[in-house]
Amino acid sequence: MTRFWTRLVVVLTIITGVNYIAWRWLASLNWDAWWIALPLVIAETYSLIDVMLFGMTVWNLKIRKGAPEPPADATVDVFITTYNEDLDMVLTTALAAQKIRHPHSTWILDDGARPELKALAEKHGLGYVTRSEDWTKDLPRHAKAGNLNNALMQTDGEFLLILDADQIPEPDILEKTLGYFNNRRVALVQTPQYFSNVPADDPLGSQAPLFYGPIQQGKDGWNAAFFCGSNAILRREALMQLGLVGYVKETEKSIRRALAASRQAIRQARKSTDMDSPLVAQVLDEVEAATVEAQQELDAGMALSEITYRVRRRVDTAVQTLVQADVEALQSDLEEIAAMELAHVGEAGVPVVADDAVQRMSARDWSPLGALESVQAVLDALSVERNDEAQPVMPLATISVTEDMATAMRMHAMGWQSVYHHEILAYGLAPEDLKTMLTQRLRWAQGTIQVLLRENPLVQKGLKIGQRLMYFATMWTYLSGFAAVIYFAAPIIYLLLGILPVTSLSWDFFIRFIPFMVVNQLLFAVAGRGIPTWRGQQYSLALFPTWIKACTTAARNVWFGRPLGFAVTPKARQSGGPSWSLIQPQIVVSILLAVAAVVGIIRLATGLAEPLGTLVNVAWVIFDLVVMSILVRAVLYKGYEPPAEPADPAPTERKPDGV
Amino acid sequence: MEFSYEVKDSYAEVKADGRLNMVSAPKLREFVTDVIAGGSNRIVVNLENTAFMDSSGLGALIGCLKAARHAGGDLRIAAVQPQVKMVLQLTSMDKVLTAYTSAEEAFSND
Repeated sequence: MTRFWTRLVVVLTIITGVNYIAWRWLASLNWDAWWIALPLVIAETYSLIDVMLFGMTVWNLKIRKGAPEPPADATVDVFITTYNEDLDMVLTTALAAQKIRHPHSTWILDDGARPELKALAEKHGLGYVTRSEDWTKDLPRHAKAGNLNNALMQTDGEFLLILDADQIPEPDILEKTLGYFNNRRVALVQTPQYFSNVPADDPLGSQAPLFYGPIQQGKDGWNAAFFCGSNAILRREALMQLGLVGYVKETEKSIRRALAASRQAIRQARKSTDMDSPLVAQVLDEVEAATVEAQQELDAGMALSEITYRVRRRVDTAVQTLVQADVEALQSDLEEIAAMELAHVGEAGVPVVADDAVQRMSARDWSPLGALESVQAVLDALSVERNDEAQPVMPLATISVTEDMATAMRMHAMGWQSVYHHEILAYGLAPEDLKTMLTQRLRWAQGTIQVLLRENPLVQKGLKIGQRLMYFATMWTYLSGFAAVIYFAAPIIYLLLGILPVTSLSWDFFIRFIPFMVVNQLLFAVAGRGIPTWRGQQYSLALFPTWIKACTTAARNVWFGRPLGFAVTPKARQSGGPSWSLIQPQIVVSILLAVAAVVGIIRLATGLAEPLGTLVNVAWVIFDLVVMSILVRAVLYKGYEPPAEPADPAPTERKPDGV
Repeated sequence: MEFSYEVKDSYAEVKADGRLNMVSAPKLREFVTDVIAGGSNRIVVNLENTAFMDSSGLGALIGCLKAARHAGGDLRIAAVQPQVKMVLQLTSMDKVLTAYTSAEEAFSND
């Protein structure tokens, strides 16, 4: 029944929304003030698409009735990822993980390689994993994705429960979730992320009840519930398949790139070296012939290992010929010296360079070809070893700092299914200060935009249309920063300058706008079913500088290879007093809004402005200021203080399967 | 690769800084030939800053030895770095070219 009402409200939202926005585009634009009229209508269109995607999400809301019995013999590795978190915290989580009832092995994945933690793990009989020696300094480490990929190579459980260092699991977390994997196509079961150190009013907007609720449930209905980095169980086979497919794709890409670069490299080498040595010229000819042949073989679809092996054999032979010639020249020099009888040449006559010495001198690290660096680089890239990565197979995606979402999308594209299990089965710690919270939000947003720019879900092969739109919906919401700026600017411009982006604020406007607004709010109320969504709405507007920064830094990173300025979210509260400087842009905007309201009212009193426009815009300003007001509480928030009478939140918060 | 030389009391010291490979080897040959033509036939090649040597580099070194002997002198090497030492041992060239610890030591006993 609720499903019917939800869908009815979705339909009404779309009808009223399209009705309003179509009128805005077709009949309301004030072209005299196009510089604000156009941005505003674009921002409103953005918001309409956003709410339509939300409507589509909740259209297919899936309420699961719990998992079937898990197979008793399913093997599970529990991974606790840590980098620099407090040892007590890591140990508390690890010991709780040890107490999970279904048989499993617990591993601490310590990216900080701390000896104290290793000792603690040993003392408590916990597994302890650090990066293998393959992860040398010059190779990318890929943060958490790298940490997990490393551990995957050192363990063998059929399923993996991933936990952040602060996420204390319930003993029944596996019993409640493993059964979903009885369906052989299920690769992921995600459970909510819930934070136990957040007061009821949640000043930092840490709990995400709308996301870990209707949104993930809705995505689940489209088989698009995605991995959120922690409190999730993954099927190793699916991850490995992902790693292997990725490996083949990357290898072919790098071989194609190398072949494309080889012509230029060889031409340059010919130009730059003194070609008085015909042997060097000969080697270059041979390298060129080998690469041309490789290109033909690649286009003919021959196996990559075969192609690269043949190139290497051919080049090796050429290099050996070169070394042999050097050695022969050297030998004849020595004989000449001996013949001169000018001095002795060693005790036992002219020494002979052995064949294995020639072999050794021809090997990659000592090869004369190394002198022609660009040629050597091309040849090195013509390999299937993926020398630019610590391990050839990278199961978790490394294209984004939010490896979780990228990985889930690739799984879905390969036909795997995912499950969202709506029951709190682990309790974590949220940031307790604004600075840490902002760092975390920035990272999530950056990662999401990276995925959008690198692997746009709308064009990924293998994804169904619903899945494409579900991933796109999440990415779309992170563009809200730009719309927010316009929503702040429009009333300021009207109240200060009297410029209205619409032709007139008349009956035509209200009769279209008000129904849309009302139905829109109704949609959140019906879909949310009493979940507090206001905090989330506030932050999606109030954190506009963070969202904009995320978009610009991610775009620079993807398009120009510039660093993101990535930071691990600290789990401990950052010290220091209230930090107003963190919200400087928001303070400036709020002051502008307040000043604009005062000026607007003065203009009204002096007859410079009309009453209706002023009223609407002052109301708009008040709304904006109420939205922003959450930041004042966020800055002043002093961290979590447990309630005087500690009541265990677990029994009330834990809802058995579904809402 | 950078070459330089300095005439000392009883010998000329040639320094070869960088990687002695296929590209730079012919240049070493030329450089030492010029030094010999300039009147020094007792040459010490100081390999203190030669981090790497391939077969072409080794060939050049022996070629220079030949040139020095032709001119009635000798060529010796000093301050050999690990990779170069491995190459010399592997090819048995350490029997032809003794590696002295320093340039001063190379001609100290004759």
